Amino acid sequence: MPLKTENNFHQPGKRFFRAYRPGDDFYEALIETHRDLSDEQSARVNARLVLLLCNQVGDLGLLREAMAIARKGVVAEDDDAT
Amino acid sequence: MFLTYDNPVYDYARSPDQSAAEPVHHPLIVVGAGPVGMAAAIDAAQRGLQVLLLDDDNTVSVGSRAVCYSKRCLEIMDRLGCAEPMIEQGVTWNVGKVFFRDELVNQFDLLPEAGHKIPAFINLQQYYLEEYMVRRMDDLDNLEVRWRNRVVEIDNAPERVMLGIDTPDGRYRLSCDWLIVADGANSPIREQLGLESRGQWFQDRFLIADVVMKAGFPPERWFSFDPSYHRGQSTLLHRQSDDVWRLDFQLGWDADPEEEKKPERVIPRVRAMLGEETEFELEWCSVYTFRCRRMERFRYGRALFVGDAAHQVSPFGARGANSGVQDSDNLIWKLALVMQGRAPQRLLDSYSDERVQAAEENILNSTRSTDFITPKSTMSRIFRDSVLELCRDFPFARQLVNSGRLSDTAFLIDSELNTAEDPDFCGDMVPGAVMLDAPIEGPDGERWLLDTAGGPFVLYCYLGESGGLSQQTRAALHALAGASIPVQSFVVVAAGAAAEEHATVIDREGLFAARYDARPGSCYLVRPDQHLCARWRSFDAHSVAAAVARATCNG
Repeated sequence: MPLKTENNFHQPGKRFFRAYRPGDDFYEALIETHRDLSDEQSARVNARLVLLLCNQVGDLGLLREAMAIARKGVVAEDDDAT
Repeated sequence: MFLTYDNPVYDYARSPDQSAAEPVHHPLIVVGAGPVGMAAAIDAAQRGLQVLLLDDDNTVSVGSRAVCYSKRCLEIMDRLGCAEPMIEQGVTWNVGKVFFRDELVNQFDLLPEAGHKIPAFINLQQYYLEEYMVRRMDDLDNLEVRWRNRVVEIDNAPERVMLGIDTPDGRYRLSCDWLIVADGANSPIREQLGLESRGQWFQDRFLIADVVMKAGFPPERWFSFDPSYHRGQSTLLHRQSDDVWRLDFQLGWDADPEEEKKPERVIPRVRAMLGEETEFELEWCSVYTFRCRRMERFRYGRALFVGDAAHQVSPFGARGANSGVQDSDNLIWKLALVMQGRAPQRLLDSYSDERVQAAEENILNSTRSTDFITPKSTMSRIFRDSVLELCRDFPFARQLVNSGRLSDTAFLIDSELNTAEDPDFCGDMVPGAVMLDAPIEGPDGERWLLDTAGGPFVLYCYLGESGGLSQQTRAALHALAGASIPVQSFVVVAAGAAAEEHATVIDREGLFAARYDARPGSCYLVRPDQHLCARWRSFDAHSVAAAVARATCNG
């Protein structure tokens, strides 16, 4: 299975009438998870979240692909800046 | 003084009511001649009610203010006889673009399919809209407007409302059975009644600058996150009519609103955005903060709150005036039935229930947009910028970019006015949905489906290509038309089908069938505000009558 690049947010049993809605529900929940946290606490929450989700995905090929994409953007930008 | 527009002045005229010994009684008074109050007054007059509209001023909006009018708002305005000049004078647009650090990261088309009478959006300065509405009000004999009439006292008693009104000739009093409160976000009437609109302030400031320029930019909504000319903040560029352009600059919470309004501060910002070579003149500017809030209910006894008086949102998404006009659309047919003694007052509580739900949705969407545009923490900003960075290569991220979810209609699927549908229907035309338009040919030469609804309740019976309305059904439809709450009915046939002996709608391009998931036999009951309230796979007169009773709280 290739890495999904199209919008994949959904909620079983719930009907959405607007295409943006499930993604917005997700994003709000994500930001809410970090409410009132210090930067360090937020970083830890992110780490734990990544670990939980990686286990959910499970497929190491997929995970390596996602990890490479995530790192590449950040490193390339650092290079541009110097 | 504006470069492109002179505000009309509407004269105060002394009313005989002001000399009466006792307060004169009016069945219905609307307070506030903004877009929402005028929509309510026009709709009520069109539905045969005697209406008095009071406004504390004597002109239309000063400055452009609300600019984007949505398809649904325009559909309502069309029913009120105001949409044509709006569309003619306004700038029609469908495309929005989002930039991040000067690079295009997302583009959306708000009306990707054809077959609708009304465009997705137009941009038009609020004063034009109000001017057209004032003109429309002049045509209606049962609608009276009193300018420079400021309501300063109110007693919302169980049996009637008493008002004290200040005019250039002093104070006088009136009473009414029903009061529609459309006096804006700071609603003096709401204050006087001791009622509150509760919610959240946002810690950010925005500068609006309307500039006049001849520019080659297309009529699109351009939203920029972190552009090189306004680092760390966002901007918006949008065209209005008369070569006026709306520019919006996020300033941050620490900005000094008085300083930022000065032309010597504004002009360099505009120049940085538009480029050195673009010539422009400053028309209007304003620095604003905003809040999202609403009243707990929109009906308090005989006082019915609509528009900003009832609920307020941030401007991202154009959900202010557009939702206010939809409040009026939802309220007036119900109020007409109640005032005519054909429905119980309880029906007005459904106005509150349905529009509170819509307001909740508007507040939710506009709060989310605000949170995306103004991240409240370092981590929120990192997430926001990461979404924007991923947009170029990953479509899922584009969907998450939130520069304003533009005004759309609420699906009132939980409304108690709906009747449960047959389970095998597909598509979005569920009970509680606003009708989708479709190109048709109607019995009176109508070209669009929406032109056949909006007066009484309407039933559409789809026959497809087979045709053949039975005599029994025809008699039942006839009986429904004569009921105490009349139901007008149309048979809908495919293009080329044989004519029926009943008011017939021809589904010119098959889009009615497609959009309504229609099969021969399918029937759809539509409320006077063009919301579906029931649908069935086959016609049954008792079911229709029961659904009408349910939708009017007569059940």
